[in-house]
Amino acid sequence: MTDIPLGDAAPAAPRPARSILETDARTRARNRAETRFRAYGLAALLVGLFFLVFLMSSILWNGLGAFTQTRFALDVELLESELDPEGTRDPAVIAKTSTFGYGDLIEAALAKAVAASGIQTDLEPGDLADILSSGAAAQIRDRVTADPSLVGQTVSFDLLASSRVDGYIKGRVTRESLADDKNLSPAHLDIVDALVADGTIARSFNMAFITGADASEKRPEEAGMGVAMVGSLYVMLTVLALALPIGVAASIYLEEFAPKNRFTDFIEVNIANLAAVPSIVYGILGLAVFIQFAELPQSAPLVGGLVLTLLTLPTIIIATRAALKAVPPSIRDAALGVGASRMQAVFHHVLPLAVPGIMTGTIIGMAHALGETAPLLLIGMVGFVASNYPDGALHGFVSPNSAMPAQVYEWAKRADPAFYERAWGGIIVLLVFLLLMNLVAVLVRRRFERRW
Amino acid sequence: MPLGWLFLIVLLIAALGYAAGRRRALAGAGGSLRAMHSLPTAYGWNVAMAVLIPSLLVLAVWSLASPFVLDRTVAPMMAGQDGEIGLLMSDVRRVAEGLDLLGEDPASVSLEGLRERLAGAGVALGQDVSAATLAAAARYKELGARSALLQSVLVLAVALGMGAWAVRRTTPALRARNEVEWGIQGLLIAAALVAIATTIGIVLALIFNTIKFFQLYPASAFFFGTTWSPSFGGGSSLGILPLVWGTLYISLIALLVAVPLGLFSAVYLSEYASPRVRAWAKPMLEVLAGIPSIVYGLFALLTVGPALLAVFGSGGLGWMQGGTAVITAGLVMGIMLIPFVSSLSDDIINAVPQAMRDGSLGLGATQSETIRQVVLPAALPGIAGAILLAASRSIGETMIVVLGAGAAARLSLNPFDAMTTITAKIVSQLTGDQDFTSPEALVAFALGMTLFVVTLGLNILALWIVRRYREQYE
Repeated sequence: MTDIPLGDAAPAAPRPARSILETDARTRARNRAETRFRAYGLAALLVGLFFLVFLMSSILWNGLGAFTQTRFALDVELLESELDPEGTRDPAVIAKTSTFGYGDLIEAALAKAVAASGIQTDLEPGDLADILSSGAAAQIRDRVTADPSLVGQTVSFDLLASSRVDGYIKGRVTRESLADDKNLSPAHLDIVDALVADGTIARSFNMAFITGADASEKRPEEAGMGVAMVGSLYVMLTVLALALPIGVAASIYLEEFAPKNRFTDFIEVNIANLAAVPSIVYGILGLAVFIQFAELPQSAPLVGGLVLTLLTLPTIIIATRAALKAVPPSIRDAALGVGASRMQAVFHHVLPLAVPGIMTGTIIGMAHALGETAPLLLIGMVGFVASNYPDGALHGFVSPNSAMPAQVYEWAKRADPAFYERAWGGIIVLLVFLLLMNLVAVLVRRRFERRW
Repeated sequence: MPLGWLFLIVLLIAALGYAAGRRRALAGAGGSLRAMHSLPTAYGWNVAMAVLIPSLLVLAVWSLASPFVLDRTVAPMMAGQDGEIGLLMSDVRRVAEGLDLLGEDPASVSLEGLRERLAGAGVALGQDVSAATLAAAARYKELGARSALLQSVLVLAVALGMGAWAVRRTTPALRARNEVEWGIQGLLIAAALVAIATTIGIVLALIFNTIKFFQLYPASAFFFGTTWSPSFGGGSSLGILPLVWGTLYISLIALLVAVPLGLFSAVYLSEYASPRVRAWAKPMLEVLAGIPSIVYGLFALLTVGPALLAVFGSGGLGWMQGGTAVITAGLVMGIMLIPFVSSLSDDIINAVPQAMRDGSLGLGATQSETIRQVVLPAALPGIAGAILLAASRSIGETMIVVLGAGAAARLSLNPFDAMTTITAKIVSQLTGDQDFTSPEALVAFALGMTLFVVTLGLNILALWIVRRYREQYE
């Protein structure tokens, strides 16, 4: 027998008795690691979502103010002796009075309104006018030159309050912050308080923000998005008119007809890389090719549209090719089988079935283009250009204009914080458009997309 | 003839050609479709395309080329004048255009007060009109009118000639469908070539202006210079290094924010989240990617910057001087990139075969051990590709850094300092009225070239990695 000598070697320590119902330290540690890992993932996701909520609420919180505006209901006596001394009521004569001539009328009316509110003030009538926008005189003059019969009457005007007063009503400006402000003094605010109490100064919906043009640096209360919106519209029309046909045609060729060779491979790699070229490089391209070389006009929405067309083409081509690829080959085979040419099979059968996918891709590509800023800055579509509506429908393509994001950028750059509110408000307008476009894209996909 | 009218007339000729071609084919076959090679509409389209394609091509080429030819012909007249030839020629063009607006005959117009009258018609000039300018403008106008006339005649002749030729050769036996389809395929190929034309355009635009820049400014000083201080009066130093450093530093911070958050979100969404959570959390996160960068820029400038300043600024820790800093731009850019990293990584993690997970779980690994030791290593090349794409995105991002990073170009290690980037400087050198002969404006093209080369390299590398990785599991 070869008994294994037990010797004096101590037997291995017996393993501790263990129940499988009880977890040991190592398993507990592993389970804790599991829980931790899972928590990290959840935390990362929640942080991401928190940023989204924070961003959105910060936009709404700061921007909604731009949609209301403080106005001053002022009864102005349009003295005949000032505006039309000879009593001719000839529009040409009345137009001769500059906005400066209306200043005295406004000061007199203001003094009256302040006296009527029963508040005592040491401010001179000339200083009182700081409560109103410096564009108030122009506002009155426009109305009078349009309707000369108003001269000699006392007319009630709804005048814009100055941006500081507007800020005070909205809580942005306080008495402390006015301490070293040349534009308005705390004494003005006492008057404003009294006038708010009797309803002369009130906040109302600010239609002019949605329809108006950009204003000079001195008058944030007059600045609006309207002209920039028109600029964006013309840019988008150009993009739609060019990018959709070119993109669809290129995708049809690459997906349906192109032979598999070096050349088509090169085109494909090219498109994939173009999709990732920084947008500012497209701006340089636009500047050098369209403006320097082809001498197209600067700041024209047409040029902006051309640049953004090139920028969106890769997106549209990629989406369209995916849509074409999703149409099952049996459709093509059936069409070819009954005698259609390849061209007929594509244009009569495959393309109609791919339309929902193409539309979705196009809308998303255009939404991307609508928010693009940097290339537009390089070709001169900067914000302050957007001061006038184009003269006619076709002029809109070439007359200098800006676009919504460039307008927002312009306001963000300005020194007066009153413009920041406009910038946030402009972003709300921009995001509403983006939301609508994405909504349409989702609806198109839900409604028309077919699963094979 | 205005171009619009010319275009409409060509369309009209095409429409007539369509009708004529269709009718001739039908008449030739005695009205019987069976005797014809193609459907009647194909014969019509065949004629219409024969009219449209060559005549519109002539129209486009002539419109693009005639300004250059005109400039070339008129430029010698201005050669003896002092001043830069490009500026002189733009004056000549403006005077010619203004004379049209004024309706004055260039032969008898008086130089006296011409500038004021032109200004009245909306044509602003930098200087008084000299006799030579007026003579050149008159010549320019005359040649321009002749060129327009010639263009109209040529385009109409081509349209009519091609139409007549196409109608004449229309017989029932003509393989009209095949010809039309060849034409359409040609158009499709032309559309696909636009993508290549864009690339060529980008490269040429960058190269020509970069070469011009390096003729004015030494390349070594550009690539190795450590100060960036452009002054439009001349004598500026245009070293790219501070800009490269600012770009890389901001991108680094952005990636430090975006990669962990994006990657963990992707892991959670693809491995842990219930389908319901996934169904709404993923699109919500992707909303962040759909928001335009100007919004992030404003967010950096007006929300994040002041918030960071309150903590790290003079009121708090005292590290930060202003709201615009590397950390502000980097943080916000990181937020923007989260969905970019997460959705790409999500796709890649989902592409890892389920069998690998099952194998690991079957051996007793916990889910997190499976993810860390099996799924992520398998997905690593793809994730690296995603991160490279995100890096290229952050290097090319413009609006966030323009608004959030500040304007000072400096080489510093402190993330609370304001720095600037390549893209921000391209914007600042090229917005407004520039003179494309000064190195201060041309430097933007050299910066653009650098940016293009770097991002293109990153993209090609990333796409190559992603593609290779996809093939591995297919």
